[in-house]
Amino acid sequence: MSIEIKNLKHIYMPRTPYERLALDDVNLTIPQGKITAIAGHTGSGKSTLIQHLNGLLEPAEGQVLVDGVSVIGKKPENKKARRSVGMVFQYPEHQLFEETVAKDIAFGPRNYGCSEEDIQQRVKAAMDFVKLDYDTYKDRSPFQLSGGQMRRVAIAGVVALETPYLVLDEPTAGLDPVGREELMNGIVKLHKKKNNTVIMVSHSMDDIARFADHVIIMAHGRVLLEGTPAQVFSREDFIHQAGLEVPRVTAIVKALKAEGVAVATDVYNMEDAVKAIWQALAKKKAGGAGKC
Amino acid sequence: MLTDITLGQYFPGDSLLHRMDARVKIILLFFYIVGIFLFDNNICYGLNTALAVLLVFLSGVSPRMVLKSIKPLWWILILTFVIQLFTVPGEVMAKLWIFNITYEGLVKGFLISLRLVLLIGVSSLLMLTTSPLMLTDALESLFRPLKPFGFPAHELAMMMTIALRFIPTLMEETDKIIKAQKSRGSDIGEGNFLAKVKSMIPILVPLFISAFRRADDLAMAMEARCYHGGEGRTRMKAMRMHNVDGRAIVVMSLYMIICGTVYFML
Repeated sequence: MSIEIKNLKHIYMPRTPYERLALDDVNLTIPQGKITAIAGHTGSGKSTLIQHLNGLLEPAEGQVLVDGVSVIGKKPENKKARRSVGMVFQYPEHQLFEETVAKDIAFGPRNYGCSEEDIQQRVKAAMDFVKLDYDTYKDRSPFQLSGGQMRRVAIAGVVALETPYLVLDEPTAGLDPVGREELMNGIVKLHKKKNNTVIMVSHSMDDIARFADHVIIMAHGRVLLEGTPAQVFSREDFIHQAGLEVPRVTAIVKALKAEGVAVATDVYNMEDAVKAIWQALAKKKAGGAGKC
Repeated sequence: MLTDITLGQYFPGDSLLHRMDARVKIILLFFYIVGIFLFDNNICYGLNTALAVLLVFLSGVSPRMVLKSIKPLWWILILTFVIQLFTVPGEVMAKLWIFNITYEGLVKGFLISLRLVLLIGVSSLLMLTTSPLMLTDALESLFRPLKPFGFPAHELAMMMTIALRFIPTLMEETDKIIKAQKSRGSDIGEGNFLAKVKSMIPILVPLFISAFRRADDLAMAMEARCYHGGEGRTRMKAMRMHNVDGRAIVVMSLYMIICGTVYFML
């Protein structure tokens, strides 16, 4: 089972002079149990697309099926489909409202109708996931925390729903490098532990190359490219067409190659790049030794 | 959704009415309204209606949009009509229990309703063809002569501008917060009254916090750019009158003269 998007079309403000086609005939299958990254230039339709995944927007045409059930509709199974997709918006810290951190994180599970013990369990687990000590922070006001901590509380509020699908819209935007690293590692750790399906909008090609199993590149409301990071990033022409860049390490090995170093250029993350450069250096050394 | 609501009613375009100076539009609208109320005879009603139709035609705004702005006042129109229908004395046409429907009442009711329709229709035409910012600038400029009497023209206009500027931002913010809380399983606007009110808290608290944060940021940004009130401030887009405004003034004056002549001669 997975999320299937069929012929999805979305129009903002239809029948007014401000009418804008945001998504046009999008067909996608988001693989189960994988990390899928969505990238694209501003206005390419990424945010619109993910808001369709739990029925926040209604499509003009087409449909979104979660485990085979449409997310639009009033029937209990439609609601269940919607509720199986957790959504972390951009700057989620702006949605905090409760008096204490624990209460805010409990808001979602309580709406889902969990029992009190279950809620407490989930709040503890979610705070543990975002590395906020339960006893220290549970009774603090979320508004006294730093920006990064508020972000973590907000993400914990969605993680506590323990949904099989987790959607994150630029979760690391505005965080410092350490915060980014911690958050990304946390998401991957949670994914490995729960084997949930993660869908992540990101502007960082480096993060995508490192963490994603599946990449979707959007441009002008359509899917431009789809596949594994290696497949997607090998099409540099398309990547540039979408207004994006290849990962920095890929750019570096390509620059080395242009300088005459015989290095493999199909590397997209740091480890592979280091390996490729070592290999190239070893080859050069061996070649050089032969000449002597 | 909330973001689908357009700000004010402004309908972008490049018609004669769109190109007119907002100040001229406001003043001419004022005269038109005075005309509607002052020249109270059938021929003038005909002229008023003709001018209103012509203006809608010139504005390039679809008549449907103008009618839409009259829609909220539908009940007032019916009420006015019915009251006139039953209360104006004259030749009785029909009897309804203790009420008499008179021919004069029917005519009067129709004319007064027409007057209201024209009033609202033409006023909304001003809103439809003038962007809110131009409108506040025009109001500031028109009220400036009152400044020596302590009327805070610039301050009011600045407050209006800021309010207008933040309506779409706060709507977007509200939309985003609603979506975020919905994603956390909150059933907004469902259940009984108490449940509905309670479901507003998760929206209002973040909204107020964000509004205060934005107000703070804006005040800082204005101060950083040396804002010190309206004294000696110049504009990038100065308001200037063009040919089209002159022509509009001439047309409106002729129209008033014709109406006045018709009214006082007949």
